[in-house]
Amino acid sequence: MILPDTQTFLSVDLPAMLAALFACLSCALVGNFLVLRRQSLMGDAISHAVLPGIVAGFLVAGTRDTLPMLTGALVAAVSAGLLIELVRRLGKVEAGAAMGVVFTSLFALGVILIEQGPARQVDLDADCVLYGQLEGILWFGPAGWSSLLDPGTWASLPRQVVQLATVFAFCLAIVLIFLKELTLVSFDPALADTLGLRSALVQHGIVALAALCAIAAFEAVGSILVIAMLICPAATARLLCDRMPAQIALSLLAGAITAIGGYMLGAFGPMLVGFDHSVGAAGSIATLSGLILALAILFAPRYGVLARRRLARATAPALA
Amino acid sequence: MAMLQRLRTRNFIPPADAGVSPLCVTGLSVAYHRQLALRDVSWAAPTGGLVAVVGPNGAGKSTFLKAVLGLVPALAGTVEVYGRPLAQQRGLIGYVPQRESVDWDFPVNALDVVTMGRYGMIGWGRRITGAHKRAGMAALDRVGMADYARRQIGQLSGGQQQRVFLARALAQEARLYFMDEPLAGVDAATEQTILAVLRELEAEGRTVICVHHDLQTVAATFDHVLMLNRTLVAAGPVATTLTDANLRLAYGQRASGLSLLS
Amino acid sequence: MMEGLPFAAMGHNTAMVLAGTTALGIAAGTVGCFMVLRRRALVSDALSHATLPGIVIAFLVGLALGVEGRSLPLLLLGAAISGALAVAAIQAITRWTRLPEDAAIGAVLSCFFGIGVVLLSVVQALPAANAAGLKGFIFGQTAAMRSGEAATLAVLALAALAGVALFFKELRLLAFDEGFARAAGWPTGRFDLGLMALVTLVTVAGLQTVGLVLIIALLITPAAAARFWTDRLGIMLLVAGLIGGLSGGIGALLSARFQNLPAGAIIVLVAACFFMASLFFAPARGLLARTLRRARLRASLGAAR
Repeated sequence: MILPDTQTFLSVDLPAMLAALFACLSCALVGNFLVLRRQSLMGDAISHAVLPGIVAGFLVAGTRDTLPMLTGALVAAVSAGLLIELVRRLGKVEAGAAMGVVFTSLFALGVILIEQGPARQVDLDADCVLYGQLEGILWFGPAGWSSLLDPGTWASLPRQVVQLATVFAFCLAIVLIFLKELTLVSFDPALADTLGLRSALVQHGIVALAALCAIAAFEAVGSILVIAMLICPAATARLLCDRMPAQIALSLLAGAITAIGGYMLGAFGPMLVGFDHSVGAAGSIATLSGLILALAILFAPRYGVLARRRLARATAPALA
Repeated sequence: MAMLQRLRTRNFIPPADAGVSPLCVTGLSVAYHRQLALRDVSWAAPTGGLVAVVGPNGAGKSTFLKAVLGLVPALAGTVEVYGRPLAQQRGLIGYVPQRESVDWDFPVNALDVVTMGRYGMIGWGRRITGAHKRAGMAALDRVGMADYARRQIGQLSGGQQQRVFLARALAQEARLYFMDEPLAGVDAATEQTILAVLRELEAEGRTVICVHHDLQTVAATFDHVLMLNRTLVAAGPVATTLTDANLRLAYGQRASGLSLLS
Repeated sequence: MMEGLPFAAMGHNTAMVLAGTTALGIAAGTVGCFMVLRRRALVSDALSHATLPGIVIAFLVGLALGVEGRSLPLLLLGAAISGALAVAAIQAITRWTRLPEDAAIGAVLSCFFGIGVVLLSVVQALPAANAAGLKGFIFGQTAAMRSGEAATLAVLALAALAGVALFFKELRLLAFDEGFARAAGWPTGRFDLGLMALVTLVTVAGLQTVGLVLIIALLITPAAAARFWTDRLGIMLLVAGLIGGLSGGIGALLSARFQNLPAGAIIVLVAACFFMASLFFAPARGLLARTLRRARLRASLGAAR
């Protein structure tokens, strides 16, 4: 069993883990409001709907710079959210069908755009979109564990990590300041409307925030992981608590554990079984998030399946 | 904050002797699919007192409430609260919806729900202070649910849930209340509590408009009645309005035996 | 991708593709109606993503057995099994926990796909394997369709249609009022299984043609479009099948005629056009018709005063 040396760990694994950590934390945080509002699949819709935006950004800018592609993605995601809402209200189509029609059509548009002229020559790698490029995040600053104590080292933190940390800080600020408004709109939009808070606006805001987290995360961890992290930590927390502050805190904890644990498992796990290559971090993190959710489903103290069975059996004799 | 100041210049209540009705509805019509659920309803609520909105199933009673509050779009008509458009008077209105419209698994306890009624007063982006939490507890106490403040709402019985919704409306400290079948399907204790609260609200000079499901109990509880059957059939004090003729118009032949004047 | 061909020059292969995609469109449109009516449109999303681990495992099994890597029946069997497992998982989560159905769908979707991704990277690292064809499942490979595959598709699609025709009464009961049916003693669990089997059949058939993401579109869009045209289930099934079939056919033709138009994607866009047209102009429930009706109601109010 060969563990990586300190330098490799600090330069390759640490920045990748930090990127994954912040991406997962952002998604876990915003995902709470999607799950509570029964819009869990918005993450899936967004990940597919951004494809034409990314390609359009590339075609318009003519370069493979990330900024035009990210902008295109954001525009596409927000448009998708608006289109879905429009189809739902104008067509009186139910939410799932509206989402399905819009995101698949946008995805198809993206697939076609990829095949046109300039986009075809350049290899807009489908793999990148799906799994991200955590392996490509490198940090040349640190030289040994002690250098982490030196602020100068942190100045050379890779762009992706800084970006993701900023997005997380932004989302955290919004959620902390407007927690009661977000809770109100998620719980009872009709009351929000009668109190004068336009629930429709807040709902669009939540989707926009989710799109921001998702798109910031795509480059690093890819779309599969984003979908998983928008749902699984929040769903896990749902089974473990009964109040909003606990829900938020637990989902962040679950997100952090999943990110770090999943990365470690993906990077070093295969070596434990004698397999030479590491398994992509995105896939292993997504798998771990599902595993943790499964554990919560079975073993949650009050809302888990086993707990419910025990409760049912305990009350049954009393009813007999 | 500017928001709170705007809130103060809104929510305007004219002096009592000006004779302005708390709710004035003109020509309200609502369409559902291809038909009119409500046709051309014009009505002014009496100042202070309990109003029952009655009518057969499908008469548009809930639709009336929701259209007035702007929760469903109206085909035509205007709504004024104390002489001003509803949108400017939101701080004066309280709403107790039917129980089904909520996700009971949501991670909030009874006190959290009741405190939501005060968000309009607290202002957006601001903290919930101790004073507001105490006001929430006071509202819970009024409906006899103070002991359940920390219970997650899904763990409450039907009647208890209804009382929490009522407490939320009380916490709003509104002048005009809308309630959608508050007494439907609740246990006897809850019914007594709700009736007591309604009488307290009346004594405080507030106006309560209730969609009520049970014709038999209208006279005992309410002073005024609004009879709907897709359109306005009759409206006025219970004693003079709940007549055989009006009941026949609203409900058809079967209901005429329930009139007070038979 | 295929080069553009003038219509006259299109030959046997194009005819094969055309037949296959049209059959798929009809089947997907028809079966999809029940999913849309039961408000479970996105279960097809989870189903199609969840096939990935099954496909990879089937591929590995095939390798172990010495079978040629891209053996279609084997891969499709793997896809069907993991798809079925996914649907079962969604039902279990929805029934036994407080999590709502959409969270169950999304969690299953992403985790199964994540497992599939992990397995795929394992496969790609294996020296002996040739995993090139597996990637094709994501974007679809209509152009490479062999006549044998088109025949398989047509058979699968016909089987799905036969299923719908045979069990029309039961499926209609399931779609409109499951609670009532269960209370009345109908074995709704079994009908549900049957419906999911049909959807799995169509999904698995479509994976090869239009790809993982776009088969979802064929299961949802024609059905959603058909809803605007009628309130009666029988008619809705016919219209959905028609729209699906037309989308499949027109899409395949456009893809053959013009360069750089991947067939799966253009089929979906054609279906989307039908959807938008239906949303606006369908006489029963289209937007234009509803607006005119409201205007007429409003005018009648004014006249009555």
